[in-house]
Amino acid sequence: MSTEFRFAVNVLPKAGILDPQGRAVEGSLGHLGIEGVSAVRVGRRVELTVTADDDAGARATVERLAGELLSNPLIETYRVELLQATSSTSSTSPMAPGAGGRR
Amino acid sequence: MSVRVGVVVFPGSNCDRDTTHALALAGAEPVELWHEQASLEGVAGVILPGGFAYGDYLRAGVIARFSPVMRSVAAFAAEGGLVLGICNGFQVLAEAGLVPGALLRNRGLRFLGRDVRIAVEVPGSPFTRLAGPRRPLRMPVAHGEGCYFADEATLDALEADGRVLFRYVRADGSVAAEADDPANPNGSLRAIAGVRNEAGNVAGLMPHPERASEGLLGSDDGFGLVRSFVESAAAAAARGTPVLAR
Repeated sequence: MSTEFRFAVNVLPKAGILDPQGRAVEGSLGHLGIEGVSAVRVGRRVELTVTADDDAGARATVERLAGELLSNPLIETYRVELLQATSSTSSTSPMAPGAGGRR
Repeated sequence: MSVRVGVVVFPGSNCDRDTTHALALAGAEPVELWHEQASLEGVAGVILPGGFAYGDYLRAGVIARFSPVMRSVAAFAAEGGLVLGICNGFQVLAEAGLVPGALLRNRGLRFLGRDVRIAVEVPGSPFTRLAGPRRPLRMPVAHGEGCYFADEATLDALEADGRVLFRYVRADGSVAAEADDPANPNGSLRAIAGVRNEAGNVAGLMPHPERASEGLLGSDDGFGLVRSFVESAAAAAARGTPVLAR
């Protein structure tokens, strides 16, 4: 029985890497009259569905994709997050917030 | 017989014609290599031209890295074949791990299209041997992600091994600063404009020598680099290796 796993891959610039987008966002905060916000980092989020027999198999696929394509390990880190698993026989089972987060 | 030099054409490449034109001016026979083909058609060197391969989606160069032609280029490079990446081609080589480092978003966040000056740091390399007398070379850049990055240890090793081929310099030839210096258009670390791999047969640079290859274009300072590549490829062809049959 196969299951559809919905994942999010969150990619961010590594700590210490120049992030001009983050700096630009930070620089704009003054125009909004906002204070007390710092260390803004801008990355990207990719959501995708993997059809696999089990959670481990689905994660292995996403980890490979995240490490080889979605992020560049020289300059970025990523975090894989399982959002939802939908099996062909049972109904949707949304994850509790934060339950699937894993490095 | 003139030496055959391949120019890879990805969907979104836009300097392939400029590159084939400059190669022909330098006496080579340019051979266009479509991204979906695995054959390099027996060329003696490969140039990855500028442009926006696969729309630069995700990260500049990353999707091109997985194309059939790039698997062959990687094999060609591993056997000592001459490979040069210009601008987007440099980004593809970096994403493929064929040259060290990465190209980040320009420090000023803007896409830049204007002339810069670079100094040749390694005059005797296969990519620079005919660059001419040591002086700043003027040629255009046209990119949004050209800020060269590698960690400190890698940068030190590159400098110690003579693998920094080009640096951004001011008109007087002094090396540009990393930040707030118009002579360093993208904020590259240590003002690095081009590097090569450890074996010395794969190089990348952000500026466009092919677009500065005739006086008509405003500068022919880049033509010495094109001629260097053609002559080095011809020498490789004459040795019979590493020109691969596939």
